Amino acid sequence: MKENTIDHSTAAATFNKDVERVNWHDETLWFVRSKRDKSAHAIPEWETLRETASNIKNNVLSNMHHYLQEFEAKAKENGIIVHWAADGDEHNKIVHSIIAKHGVTQMVKSKSMLTEECHLNEYLADNGIEVIDSDLGEFIVQLRKEPPSHIVLPAIHLKKEDVSDTFHEHLGTEKGNNNPQYLTEAARKELRDTFLTRKVALTGVNFAVAETGEFVVCTNEGNADMGAHLADVHIACMGFEKLVPERKHLGVFLRLLARSATGQPITTFSSHFKKPREGQEMHIVIVDNGRSTQLGREEFRNSLKCIRCGACMNTCPVYRRSGGHSYHNAVAGPIGSILAPNLDMKKNADLPFASTLCGSCTNVCPVKIDIHDQLYKWRQVLVKEGYTPTSKTVAMKGMSAVLANPSVFKIAGKAGRFVIKNMPFMVNNSMNAWYNQREMPTPPQESFREWYAKRQKESKDKK
Amino acid sequence: MSSRDSILNKIKSNQPSSVNELPDLSVLGLEKFDVIETYKTVLKGIGGFCEEVSSLDEVKNYIATHYPTEKRMITTISELADIAETDWTSDDPHSLQNVELAVIKAHLGVAENSGLWVTDAILGQRVSPFIPQYLAIIVNKNDIVPTMQQAYERIGDLDYGFGTFIAGPSKTADIEQSLVLGAHGARGLTVFLMG
Repeated sequence: MKENTIDHSTAAATFNKDVERVNWHDETLWFVRSKRDKSAHAIPEWETLRETASNIKNNVLSNMHHYLQEFEAKAKENGIIVHWAADGDEHNKIVHSIIAKHGVTQMVKSKSMLTEECHLNEYLADNGIEVIDSDLGEFIVQLRKEPPSHIVLPAIHLKKEDVSDTFHEHLGTEKGNNNPQYLTEAARKELRDTFLTRKVALTGVNFAVAETGEFVVCTNEGNADMGAHLADVHIACMGFEKLVPERKHLGVFLRLLARSATGQPITTFSSHFKKPREGQEMHIVIVDNGRSTQLGREEFRNSLKCIRCGACMNTCPVYRRSGGHSYHNAVAGPIGSILAPNLDMKKNADLPFASTLCGSCTNVCPVKIDIHDQLYKWRQVLVKEGYTPTSKTVAMKGMSAVLANPSVFKIAGKAGRFVIKNMPFMVNNSMNAWYNQREMPTPPQESFREWYAKRQKESKDKK
Repeated sequence: MSSRDSILNKIKSNQPSSVNELPDLSVLGLEKFDVIETYKTVLKGIGGFCEEVSSLDEVKNYIATHYPTEKRMITTISELADIAETDWTSDDPHSLQNVELAVIKAHLGVAENSGLWVTDAILGQRVSPFIPQYLAIIVNKNDIVPTMQQAYERIGDLDYGFGTFIAGPSKTADIEQSLVLGAHGARGLTVFLMG
């Protein structure tokens, strides 16, 4: 998979060329958002749950140093081997060394956005290890050599016809058979064989419990469990922010996660792994990769509360109409746009601007992250640090000079109205992004100040 | 310095200087509703079947009339030994790949999401609820609790190697949001509510 460095607005413009498809994408995600609403509204104490979850995570972030050590000690007591990775590269090397130690060249993997963030699949492929992603959506995009476009719904950008073509090419399914039941069955057969033959299985982690050293993995398909319970070696990879203090806190998060994600009351399987099964080897890789830096950025710290439900993406008018791939980051959408600049400000400087700041993301977030405020704050940081495009900076500086001086403002307004009226081609051209897919209103004859001055004069004349 | 120590040091210097208090959980899970009716409604909504039974004989009869008993059946319940194998629990887990139906027990059920809590103490093998084509789980009506709040109160600090909540059959909607039952795990789930 190639690194996508096309900026968000350019990629979004390409995505928007197929109007029908964009409308379909928009409606599909809004449908998921509506299911979330229905599910949330059925729980009278929903808002108390959100508040509680937010406070638990605030506690975790403020006491992370202690909880991580407690988790490590308990996990070791339980017979789990614990590794620490400072960055993606170290994470990949650790995973590779475990696979290499067992002398195998194939691994089955369930959904882990962390491994996407670290580009694990590419690293392992370069080292001769074949990885098969077992979540159906991830399996589909992997066959197409694409990254997932959504953290919960990896293939949400694809239509069933696309999946049918991909499966026809790779799995030999009937050409033109677009029936989701038929296509899912084909993947089930293919992947069952994978589960039965892989010695090493890797899973992500949804929650890790400091008190007990156990970790929880949630799936609907059962793919994480099929991989882990049949393999000799289970590797679980987690960002350190996945911790919760005590087992009982899982109840709060499991009530929120699936309802926020897809509107389901809970995922089909919420599996608690505490000890390896007899004869099995179990590893946990705890990854930093910029998280400790984000923890130190007071204004952006609580982005680390995220439980990866994807609700902010489903509700986001920009995400729905630009698609996950436009964000060129493992985590797309509003939450991805506040996490990504922490990792690489230069490369991700466009993302906090991919928002209308409408605040819908903040309103649906189950752990109450102030996502749209953080998007706004990142914009300020990025401009100050000089990471925004020159055209934007020049325009903003020009605007601030005009707005700061009343007489300049007066002249500029007059000139603007004259130009729009008499020489529209001067502003309505391909150089001016404001006119893309937008009609400007007819300019008024006079400004408010002109009208007010005239009115004052008239009333004075009357007296 | 090892990565472990450098990560922990950086976290220590970057985390807030004072600890935020943990919230009180006793304000949650106080909603009142008909627990059994809710359990049944939610289970139906996510694609599971519910059968109210009063004895294991009823379970046996149901299985004999609803599942192809000529195929491989396994169970952890000794009373069902005449319709299903019971001597598979120390076999290689891969050998369960041809199982049609597994019949197991659950410790408890949760009304708000129809989840059933099982641990390796009653699973026979960890893979047993995932690898069969179909799954049937028996749970006592008295063991259905209203919400996850009460479920974790019941679980407490119980020691287990593996435990999972199972809510309905395995499913996916990864192709155009069309719901398909039977992704990688069981294609169908029957819950026997006993009592």
